[in-house]
Amino acid sequence: MVLGNYKTAVSARAADPEILKYSQDGGIVTQLFAYALEEGIIDGAIVAGPGDEPWKPEPVVATTKEELLAARGTRYTISPNMMLIKEATRSYGLDKVGIVGTPCQMQAVRKAQLYPMAMRKVPDKIALAIGIFCMENFPYQGLETIVEDHCKTKMESAVKMDIGKGKFSVYTERGALSQIPLAATHKYEQPGCHVCLDYVANLADVSTGSVGSPDGWSTVFVRTKKGEDVWTKAINAGYFETKDIADVKPGLDLVTKLATGKIDKNKKTLEERATMGVGKGLRNPYI
Amino acid sequence: MGLLSRLKEIFTGEDKESGKKPVKIPVVDQEKSGPVKPVEETVEKPMVKPADVKTEQKLDGEIKEEKPVVNKITVGHVHMSGCTGCLVSLADNYEGLFKILDDYADLVYCLTLADVRHIPEMDVALVEGSVCLQDECSVREIKETREKAKVVVALGGCAAYGNITRFCRGGQWNQPQHESFVPIGDLIDVDLYIPSCPPGAEAIRNVCVMAYLLLQGTDEQKELAAAYLKPLMDLAKKGTEACGCDLMVDVINQGLCMGCGTCAASCPVRAITIEYGRPNIDREMCIKCGACYAQCPRSFFNFDVMNQFEGIIEAIDGAMGKGGE
Ligand SMILES: Cc1cc2nc3c(=O)[nH]c(=O)nc-3n(C[C@H](O)[C@H](O)[C@H](O)COP(=O)(O)OP(=O)(O)OC[C@H]3O[C@@H](n4cnc5c(N)ncnc54)[C@H](O)[C@@H]3O)c2cc1C
Ligand code: SF4
Ligand code: SF4
Ligand code: SF4
Repeated sequence: MVLGNYKTAVSARAADPEILKYSQDGGIVTQLFAYALEEGIIDGAIVAGPGDEPWKPEPVVATTKEELLAARGTRYTISPNMMLIKEATRSYGLDKVGIVGTPCQMQAVRKAQLYPMAMRKVPDKIALAIGIFCMENFPYQGLETIVEDHCKTKMESAVKMDIGKGKFSVYTERGALSQIPLAATHKYEQPGCHVCLDYVANLADVSTGSVGSPDGWSTVFVRTKKGEDVWTKAINAGYFETKDIADVKPGLDLVTKLATGKIDKNKKTLEERATMGVGKGLRNPYI
Repeated sequence: MGLLSRLKEIFTGEDKESGKKPVKIPVVDQEKSGPVKPVEETVEKPMVKPADVKTEQKLDGEIKEEKPVVNKITVGHVHMSGCTGCLVSLADNYEGLFKILDDYADLVYCLTLADVRHIPEMDVALVEGSVCLQDECSVREIKETREKAKVVVALGGCAAYGNITRFCRGGQWNQPQHESFVPIGDLIDVDLYIPSCPPGAEAIRNVCVMAYLLLQGTDEQKELAAAYLKPLMDLAKKGTEACGCDLMVDVINQGLCMGCGTCAASCPVRAITIEYGRPNIDREMCIKCGACYAQCPRSFFNFDVMNQFEGIIEAIDGAMGKGGE
């Protein structure tokens, strides 16, 4: 199943306009964490907060709505959110930890729960893991090259970056939009992404991304009992607007298409790596 | 998911013999009623072990199952040159440890906890610590452990990789000649590693439950347990040396790292920071415990097991009478 196990799929966006203002898509991540924080479902969440260089995220443990708001939006570069997973339960003393991350980070969360070799007190403290769809990520210098060299935009003047419809787009504070074909960015992708077999964060409690839903809305998969519990409560409390995923364009067909494309392409990479054409080969992390 | 519901049934199933109400694993109920403490479990601990109750009880009806659980397995903790941190980690399962000892495993050998002087026959030996080559007794005992245990587990970094004992120089009162310490795999065949210094209490618990299923479970449970344990068995086959450099050699150099930061979180001595989205290892600080590599999702990722994470976690919680601490 390319879309993973899920209980429900919907198109949704946050009800709070304050959240939507700077969120990447429908503000699902920020709104759901904010709700969970308010209700005591989580004591805090590991998010990609602002770092000391423009667009360079720094994992932080957010324990207030303000900190969640400061971490809104997508930084298309590595944010090692798992770095704080143990710290969150120790220094921060959280009993119920929320974490957002790419599909590979969700894999790391679940491995830490099932094989908690160096993860004392982590397994039963993961209260809400939100996954974000991901086709690939870029090292910071890669992103800088794309934005500054290819898009001719200073990193610090960018207010939003977005990948969609085959393009990499950068919006500036003065309202300019710079776009390049996504194909031009491929060579800057981090190599570890080329063996990745998950597009839609199959192992998250709730996963979300823009693909499938109209602009400003997000596609949401509710996957686990934990996820379903908090999502249902948040919906009932009026924290989200939703639309039936069957009624929106382009809908799940596009999500399925992209997920399949990613998996097929990366499976091929794994096969090529197995021999590298010389019968020696590189490691396959999945066997 | 027939496999998992079956597994749950076995673990949570009726205690047929004492006529007690089935131990409910209230995963769903609990979630509905909001956050609860893990101690919510209402079942009282029997004053006497179920095995003792059994002989007194008049069974009416046609109850066939005589034992509260299938046969327990026998487990020993063998102490080599280690700091006892791994044993403490085992004990850190709190009630979970009692549950393991009540229902799944008899502790047949264990420094301070079981009054047994000589290594007995056992199903699983959890070996802590490396072997001092100058200590005849340790060398003899590790060989004996191999002979007498069906499954030998290297518990913790020292047993698996030498860990901090790799840096010993000897000269210590009152055995100054003790200077060479090797991971147990250098002297005997080891079946399974649980790396890290010390290994997480929950990791030991999971391995205990899975070892029980492997030895005493139904065919389906055996299959799940085998799939779960395989990567840890593969680690045992891979060698007796570990270092933060493994990330460099086996993950980054292989084009596999995606910068998740798990390795930095797992290092007990904080030898790892993330620079340019990749782990940077302070090799002066690394004690060679093997945690970072073992915990990295790109060292091994077991789709068979990880995809069923929800069911497996529930099953293990159920096996532990919920909570697991
Ligand atoms: C590298 C990358 C690639 C992506 N590719 C796709 C794609 O192909 N298709 C698609 O539909 N969606 C993709 N997304 C997801 C999308 O960009 C949004 O993150 C998602 O829709 C959530 O938006 P939101 O408005 O609900 O979240 P917001 O409320 O804006 O919150 C976003 C959350 O994500 C966290 N975050 C931001 N950057 C990172 C990062 N680099 N690593 C970890 N966490 C981060 C933030 O801290 C914040 O908590 C990608 C995201 C990333 C980081
Ligand atoms: S493509 Fe895969 S490996 Fe790369 S960042 Fe996204 S989820 Fe992680
Ligand atoms: S845990 Fe593995 S994949 Fe993650 S940052 Fe460390 S080496 Fe890279
Ligand atoms: S870097 Fe840290 S976790 Fe890795 S082997 Fe060394 S001490 Fe252990």
